[in-house]
Amino acid sequence: MKHDLIERNLGILLVLTMFAISAGGLVEVIPLFFIKETVEKVDGVRPYSPLELRGRDIYVREGCYLCHSQMIRPFRDEALRYGHYSLAAESKYDHPFQWGSKRTGPDLARVGGKYSNEWHTQHLTAPRSLVPQSVMPNYPWLVKTPLDYSDIQLRMKALRKTGVPYSLTQAEYDRNVKDFGPDVAKSLHIPDAEKNLIAQAQLGNYDGNPANISEMDALVSYLQMLGTLVDFKKYDDDYFVKFR
Amino acid sequence: MSQENKNSVQTTGHVWDDDLQELTNPLPRWWIWGFYITFTFAVVYWLFYPAWPIGGSYTKGVPGFNSVTYTATTVDGKQVKKTTHWNMRSQFMVDMNELTALQKKYFDKVASMSYEDVSKDAELMQFVNSAGKTLFSDNCAPCHQAGGQGKIGFSPNLTDDNWMYGGTYDQIHTTIEGGRRGYMPPFSQVLNDEQITQLANYVLSLSSEPHDPVAAKAGDALFHGEGAACYYCHGPDGKGKIQLGSANLTDKIWLWANIPADKTQEDKVNDIKNVIYNGLAKGVMPNWNVRLKPEQIKLLTVYVHDSLGGGK
Ligand code: HEC
Ligand code: HEC
Ligand code: HEC
Repeated sequence: MKHDLIERNLGILLVLTMFAISAGGLVEVIPLFFIKETVEKVDGVRPYSPLELRGRDIYVREGCYLCHSQMIRPFRDEALRYGHYSLAAESKYDHPFQWGSKRTGPDLARVGGKYSNEWHTQHLTAPRSLVPQSVMPNYPWLVKTPLDYSDIQLRMKALRKTGVPYSLTQAEYDRNVKDFGPDVAKSLHIPDAEKNLIAQAQLGNYDGNPANISEMDALVSYLQMLGTLVDFKKYDDDYFVKFR
Repeated sequence: MSQENKNSVQTTGHVWDDDLQELTNPLPRWWIWGFYITFTFAVVYWLFYPAWPIGGSYTKGVPGFNSVTYTATTVDGKQVKKTTHWNMRSQFMVDMNELTALQKKYFDKVASMSYEDVSKDAELMQFVNSAGKTLFSDNCAPCHQAGGQGKIGFSPNLTDDNWMYGGTYDQIHTTIEGGRRGYMPPFSQVLNDEQITQLANYVLSLSSEPHDPVAAKAGDALFHGEGAACYYCHGPDGKGKIQLGSANLTDKIWLWANIPADKTQEDKVNDIKNVIYNGLAKGVMPNWNVRLKPEQIKLLTVYVHDSLGGGK
């Protein structure tokens, strides 16, 4: 009897149990990989520059996602507070994505440009000096710690394996020029990563200290670009409805 | 127990340890019915909502059962009525349409009336106050603080009569829409410590703070001379220029040098010296034309001017 076979054979029981409990998830997820409209067609989305990428990694390291989501849902109250709802296209180069679901603090999907670099630097160092009732922790070491970017090329190569179009060869670079324009393409070229990272940090001077490149430089450069890539003024306000 | 059950209920037929058996009791009737109802529910659901994937697309529900009609605004500002299948985003359009309809009456008035007329319309000002408070808390309070009182060393007070960039409606509007970025160059390379001390004493004398009169006199000359050329930005009278947002140095209101908190004359001098040495580039007010709609910016202008108090 088959029942008997499953009950007496742990291996088969395990495989079949795993299949049974993942079926519900797989049925919902797999079709999304094939449905053409899942990721919206929209201009402006690009992978992170090397400095922003390091900032993203510090964001993950410090566990900011435990209190902050990066996913504005298509609800009226969220649109009023945070801006346009998030698009799938906007996180297509995020591995892993930072959508999150816990909001002890506000959503950060469109925080880019909302505040000045000075504000972010002071707020991350001592949140309560600006928002007295805040429960966000102090991150005083970010301004003091020099940014370690010795492995930036490896980080970009790893993402390239997952399909993010960072370029290694001339052909890939040329393709990026076509897809993103020459300026962005330059920032995506892996062999120039250190040079580009330093240049952006010095030009932006995000932490207010031009003398060195700190972890704060990287994190603020990341926060300042969040949600700014798509220019929604170029689209009808219902343009994204047709992708659902 | 096993004796009774043996006759009424079947077992799975497995036997362990000689006599240990497993019963196959039928599922309770209410459970079975619940199970069938979920199937019926699913079928009804397919009529109303996007459900089954087919190749690169999916079923979108049956038109008529689940149509959603909303008004969209195109890039060039035209209003278009559209009908589509139910989904989160079309439903969102409906919700936003509802909100627009509720607020339209007020926002249309704010947009079309002059600032002065808005501020005299008591009913409209109620709307300005409640909508303005929310907008201010979400966007401005993290810098200007909850009541707009500002923070020394960071952002200006919006509740007083003192305006770096001007306090008329139009000037406030320009500030909010395009942002502001006050800049004063560092003088550490241009002037020596003695000169900077003299200038600091002169600056303190402008607002009758304790200072060394002899040094201040020398500072006066430097301030108006070509070497330091402070007058160029702060004006010959030291009252500042609205186009540059250069501080009025003759009042007792300070933004960067925390003079009121300093106890001794020496501390006050040092604070001003600090500003002159390092210059100022941290006064950054973001531009809001990308985040807020024109009518929201106009509303905030009235809110800052009339409700926070201090417009002039
Ligand atoms: C314990 C939860 C918590 C953690 C962890 C946390 N935050 Fe926050 N964050 C908050 C809260 C609460 C607020 C709202 C009050 C405030 O502005 O300080 C906030 C506000 C913010 C804001 C301003 C958002 C806005 O729109 O006003 C930014 C930016 C931010 N956090 C970034 C970060 C970053 C980056 C990290 C990781 C280094 C982080 N936060 C970690 C709780 C947290
Ligand atoms: C990132 C911090 C920040 C945010 C957010 C911010 N401001 Fe400001 N604001 C400043 C700073 C700093 C200045 C002074 C600029 C300077 O020093 O040149 C300023 C100046 C102003 C002024 C001019 C004051 C004067 O004396 O002329 C007004 C008006 C103003 N802000 C209104 C607003 C409003 C309304 C909002 C919200 C929509 C807002 N600000 C959001 C930092 C901020
Ligand atoms: C290029 C124009 C420029 C020049 C030259 C200049 N300033 Fe300023 N100064 C400014 C601006 C703009 C501010 C306000 C900055 C802000 O709020 O962001 C300011 C602010 C100050 C403050 C701070 C006031 C406060 O509220 O804390 C002092 C003090 C000051 N200036 C003194 C001087 C002296 C002394 C000199 C000459 C050595 C000088 N400035 C030259 C533009 C200038």
